[in-house]
Amino acid sequence: MDNSRPNLLEEALVEDVIGSVKTQKRGRVVVVEDCVETSAAFVLHHFLKRSLQPDSSDVVVFIAFAHPFSHYERILRKMGCNLAVQRKNQRFLFLDMLMLECPDRNGGEAKDDGLLTLYGEIEKAVEIYSSLEGSRTITIMIDDVSLMEVAANGSSNHVLDFLHYCYTLKAKYGCSLVTLNHEDIYSSANTLPLILQLEYLADVIIKAEPLATGLASDVHGQECKDDYAVLPAKNIMAKLWEHRCNRPKFGF
Amino acid sequence: MAETISRALRDGAFEGEHAPALSIKDTIHTPLGSFVFNHILTQLTSNILAGKSQSRGVVLVALTRPPSFYAELLKNKGFDISLSSKWLRVLDCYSDPLGWKNKLMERGTVRNPYEETLLKTSLCKNLKELDKVLSSIVELGKEIVEEGKGRFAVAIDSVSEILRHSSLPSVARILSHLRSHDQVSCIFCLLHVDLHEAKVAATLEYLSTMHADVEPIVQRTNGQRSASEDLPMVEQCFKRGKFHVRFKRRNGRVRVMREELYVEGSSIKFKEISSEDGMTAQSLVPKVQFNLELSEKERLDRAKVVLPFEHQGTGRPIQIYDGRKSLNESEIEQQQASVEKPQTTEDSGRGEIIYFRDSDDEMPDSDEDPDDDLDI
Repeated sequence: MDNSRPNLLEEALVEDVIGSVKTQKRGRVVVVEDCVETSAAFVLHHFLKRSLQPDSSDVVVFIAFAHPFSHYERILRKMGCNLAVQRKNQRFLFLDMLMLECPDRNGGEAKDDGLLTLYGEIEKAVEIYSSLEGSRTITIMIDDVSLMEVAANGSSNHVLDFLHYCYTLKAKYGCSLVTLNHEDIYSSANTLPLILQLEYLADVIIKAEPLATGLASDVHGQECKDDYAVLPAKNIMAKLWEHRCNRPKFGF
Repeated sequence: MAETISRALRDGAFEGEHAPALSIKDTIHTPLGSFVFNHILTQLTSNILAGKSQSRGVVLVALTRPPSFYAELLKNKGFDISLSSKWLRVLDCYSDPLGWKNKLMERGTVRNPYEETLLKTSLCKNLKELDKVLSSIVELGKEIVEEGKGRFAVAIDSVSEILRHSSLPSVARILSHLRSHDQVSCIFCLLHVDLHEAKVAATLEYLSTMHADVEPIVQRTNGQRSASEDLPMVEQCFKRGKFHVRFKRRNGRVRVMREELYVEGSSIKFKEISSEDGMTAQSLVPKVQFNLELSEKERLDRAKVVLPFEHQGTGRPIQIYDGRKSLNESEIEQQQASVEKPQTTEDSGRGEIIYFRDSDDEMPDSDEDPDDDLDI
């Protein structure tokens, strides 16, 4: 596939062309949805690499529920980005939540506290980063919303509360928020609200689905992006393209 | 039609009656409900500023968008934000609905978590206590009308968000309390229907006098969530939608209206349902072997048919045909036929119903009373 063409992910997220002037899009809520057959973890890796490019000063706050730091470090190193160095440079904050558990199953207060403390850490980091000089976009990434729900003892309402607070950072600091969730585990009607709520609040929805024709050796799936910017609704569009998975490099 | 809604909200409540309420509903297939909400809000605001509306100001309960979003929206529509304190109060349930930021500030984790805005806002730190929310709304409204007899409008930007924290009965209670409050002029709110059970939408419909449904242009038959199959359609659904409004009028009648809405720039526009869509709908009807519609000639012929009893009282003696011809009738007819011959040629274009009585056993088709129980 032609790599010189700006790929649609970047078109939607990073740059917004108004007339001929390229302006940085600030504060977008991106919801990435995938399924068992086609994992969309590569979208997170792509955004991570994109934000940590040497020519920008953007910061990523990464909240990991699915994989440890070493996992992401290995993948990003293959993509030409050293996370350990970025961590030292204060451009990459990795919050390891793999062990986050809310000890008390019944006590509502205790359940709140785990996510409340996490939110406190995020907001503190965002406050510090935004007080530093220079313009930068702070991106908050959550690598698995469904595992966060597991950590919150299955209470999707608490997860939504937490995410709502993360969204409020968009208004004040212009933060972007990228979340990954699995669509197929919410297929029963009772649990649909979590994924629907996220979609209602999203500016961009990215879905990874298997091809209708089955899996091929080089083409792993198709992606669908629904982009409905909330205030300037000029970018309402939905496009489809295929992504090629030539490990370790991802092309579109 | 959107004007009709705006007019109803502008005119407000009648003395001793509940305030008119509008509920806007949408689904994820066509998530344009917030556009409609913003449209109604700006329409009402311009009516208030022009002094045309019953309400003197709006209390906006912001749950899914920050107050700064509304400041930006009103500014883009050309309203002077610096004077907004005269006609707008925002109850900010967005920034800190559960008091987390307050807690973090007390613990010293963060310094100043709240966003500053030009609008006059009041912060709600516990959305779970709906009674406090209700009294804050009323207090903010009273600030606008300044203890006079004036009324204010209430706008809730998402009932779905309140329902996440509270039960349906308690939400219904505050809505109905607001409607019956003697200083509330009108109330409108948005609901994302697919996030809730069917009873939620039904409850809200009972509590409102107008419902506006934003529906997809074409309903998906299989209810699939997978979008990639029909991307052009998904794209259309994000741009255009059907706007279906039901008004419950004061005399008890229900008026239903349909329009099409489409996104243009950062706002929406309404237009009549285009004939183009009508044509597509017609062409979608499966091909059948018999005619579903009449040809032009058949239509004309049908229009000419004089229905039985239609000629009654037009000067002629009333004749009720019961399938039999009595002797003197046929005599009269013969006489008439000779006299009115020119007229019959004139009437030759007129259609008639030809009816043959099968047998004498058949009941005569007339208004005589076979079992003598009518009081004619």
